[in-house]
Amino acid sequence: MSSERLKILTANADIPGIETFEVYRKHGGYTAVEKAVKTMTPDAVVEEVKKSGVRGRGGAGFPMGMKWSFLAKPEGVPRYLVCNGDESEPGTFKDHWLMKTIPHLLIEGMIVSSFALGANTSYIYVRGELMYVVKILEKAIAEAKAAGFLGKNILGSGYDLELYVQPGGGAYICGEETALLESLEGKRGNPRNKPPFPAVKGLYQCPTVVNNVESISTTPWIVNNGGEAYAAVGIGRSTGTKLISASGHLKKPGVYEIPLGITVNEFIYSDEWCGGIRDGHHLKAVVAGGSSVPILPAALLLKTANGEDRLMTYESLADGGFATGTMLGSGGFIAMDETSCIVRNTWNFSRFYHHESCGQCSPCREGTGWMEKVLHRIEHGHGSMHDIDLLVDVSKKIEGNTICPLGDAAAWPVASAIRHFRDEFEWHIKFPQEATRPGAVYRGHMELA
Amino acid sequence: MKVTIDNITVEVEPGTTILQAARKIGPEIAPPAMCYYEPLKASGGKCRACLVKVTAGSEKDPRPMPKLVPSCITQVQDGMVVENTINQQVLDTRKGIVEFLLINHPLDCPICDQAGECHLQDFAFEHGMQQTRYEEERRTFEKTDLGPNIQLHMTRCILCYRCVFTADQITDGRVHGVLNRGDHAEISTYLEKAIDNDFSGNVIDVCPVGALTDKTYRFKNRVWFTKPVDAHCDCDKCKGDVTLWYRGDEVIRVTARKNQWGEVTAFICNKCRFERKKTSDWVIEGPTKVARHSVISANKYGANKIVPEFARRLAASQYKDVKEGRNLEQLSIQQLPEERFKQLVAPAGESAVAGIRSIQNWADDK
Repeated sequence: MSSERLKILTANADIPGIETFEVYRKHGGYTAVEKAVKTMTPDAVVEEVKKSGVRGRGGAGFPMGMKWSFLAKPEGVPRYLVCNGDESEPGTFKDHWLMKTIPHLLIEGMIVSSFALGANTSYIYVRGELMYVVKILEKAIAEAKAAGFLGKNILGSGYDLELYVQPGGGAYICGEETALLESLEGKRGNPRNKPPFPAVKGLYQCPTVVNNVESISTTPWIVNNGGEAYAAVGIGRSTGTKLISASGHLKKPGVYEIPLGITVNEFIYSDEWCGGIRDGHHLKAVVAGGSSVPILPAALLLKTANGEDRLMTYESLADGGFATGTMLGSGGFIAMDETSCIVRNTWNFSRFYHHESCGQCSPCREGTGWMEKVLHRIEHGHGSMHDIDLLVDVSKKIEGNTICPLGDAAAWPVASAIRHFRDEFEWHIKFPQEATRPGAVYRGHMELA
Repeated sequence: MKVTIDNITVEVEPGTTILQAARKIGPEIAPPAMCYYEPLKASGGKCRACLVKVTAGSEKDPRPMPKLVPSCITQVQDGMVVENTINQQVLDTRKGIVEFLLINHPLDCPICDQAGECHLQDFAFEHGMQQTRYEEERRTFEKTDLGPNIQLHMTRCILCYRCVFTADQITDGRVHGVLNRGDHAEISTYLEKAIDNDFSGNVIDVCPVGALTDKTYRFKNRVWFTKPVDAHCDCDKCKGDVTLWYRGDEVIRVTARKNQWGEVTAFICNKCRFERKKTSDWVIEGPTKVARHSVISANKYGANKIVPEFARRLAASQYKDVKEGRNLEQLSIQQLPEERFKQLVAPAGESAVAGIRSIQNWADDK
């Protein structure tokens, strides 16, 4: 079954030596660069990407072609393409895997995309903890340069491109595009106020496009096969394939390339993908798109509030808004069985956001710490009933009022956990001795799948 | 360009921010600003105290903006309609911002030199709640000295970044920045290197709270016991326009002059600030006009004329379509007939009605 699936990113991932230039080239690598720089105009490449309907894979899901078309093109001002490889969202590990496994796919994508945008200098910003990936990418860049695919006058086309890899300092906030640009400029990674957006004033105050690793890696295939072929995969406005980082209590966790539009049920239980929940256990809840998105109980994840099957698409996962839906986000799929404590998990997420808030704007700086402390109290048996409402209120005061989306990302998991698992929070507060016992599991009312 | 804020329309230049437009109308509807500081480039957008609701983006595109926007950095569009004091969501959010700013603040106003001229104090007084919902331990820092004359008490800091911009923009060589992240972020002069610069003292004036204080003035007196007097001197480094703060006939503090919004009008040098502390060093111009409505200065200086002025302007703006040949300049809010008042102000919501009523009552008392 799996061999029939169209693989856009991972088709050659299992070939030994695919990380080297020779093997990658032998399996059709860099043909997109040849096709683009020799036979296409930059605008034609942009047009193909627009047609493909590919949406930003970093989490927000903004159509990539549209983002490219917003790029300001004033005369005499350089433009930049920056690849966001600062993947730090808990539960998401696809870019890491992609960069270390098929580094040349990203390099090829960077060349094609830079050509399309008219950028002569491009950067790949890689998460600071992944120094070994930086080395892999630098080696790949050196190989591509030696073969004439990078540097001056690429393949005799007259197009120049220099590509650099920049490791970050290990801050989650630098995955936010404007914080990333600040960090890339050598400053403290504080998100900028928008507008102006990076498309107008980005890196060094020049027009800049920032794209996720996975988004950029789709461009070689789109150039080779056309945007329409890409758009033929998927459903509606969710076109193409998506890498999902599946983790948690699944039989087969890992990175999967799924065609958008399969059902969530199939993704979890089919042997082709995750193979179901670990033996003897049942699914309780899922965080479907990385730690920032709202958590959903099993029943609402598999079926929407209207009773329809939920699909792995941007639209279907968001069906019902935040009341009964969630988001596809960056595709960090964390499955939890009935032994998971939602309160502890929420506290853990909250602790992460508290640690990673940059401290620039007040609601996030103070609110993330406050929520963490209250959740810590509840988890450790010192909570009171009004703490639950306090958490909801604090999360509401943060949401939408911050400079960057980290505030929302910190608020949503807390608000959604209380929305769907209030009983469990109340159990922690009413029966602290029972709830704080090591290995304690909430046995109250819940619908497992 | 025309922009309407809280039902009052004002004509402004293109490029004006909502906050500046609101300030043009008057202090009663100007959003509070804890981090924005007009003389400093790139300041603003951080504290979120000035968030307002834009109910119509512009004449061309009258859709409302989905989120509250920071008025200090959002430029107005022609025909923009903004709600500040008449929007419940804005007021609720602002209440939340006060709460956030105070949860890690030590609330040591009784021993803080800034008390009485503290923007956080004013902000909390106007928009905050009576009690706190925060039960946890507050974050604290050790006090540090930034050079011989300035003390940094990070525990009180609200991370507005004004001092960072000041150090960046009016002194040479960056010696001031922010370390760490989140609620542990702190202002620092890397490795406690003293700020050795003729204009470093200005970070004290720009600080909205008591985080940066003048060591020559620390614990000398309370602000409300001192008398501010405008004075100038012939200084070869700065313009020499200052405010002297007297206790009796002794000059106990020298600061730069500030405008109505608490913003320094001309930065002064360290010599003027820390060393010229005798009356004979200065040419006295006269008492400083205090426009601010500080918690403390309200007691001390009594009524200033801003509130009735606002009511008059509101009344005038509401009467524009009434062609009775009255002299609009002479109208006041009290003269609005009851039905007219209801018709005009009631749709703005209960809080707006309550606000106007309190202004009326206040004006009646005077």
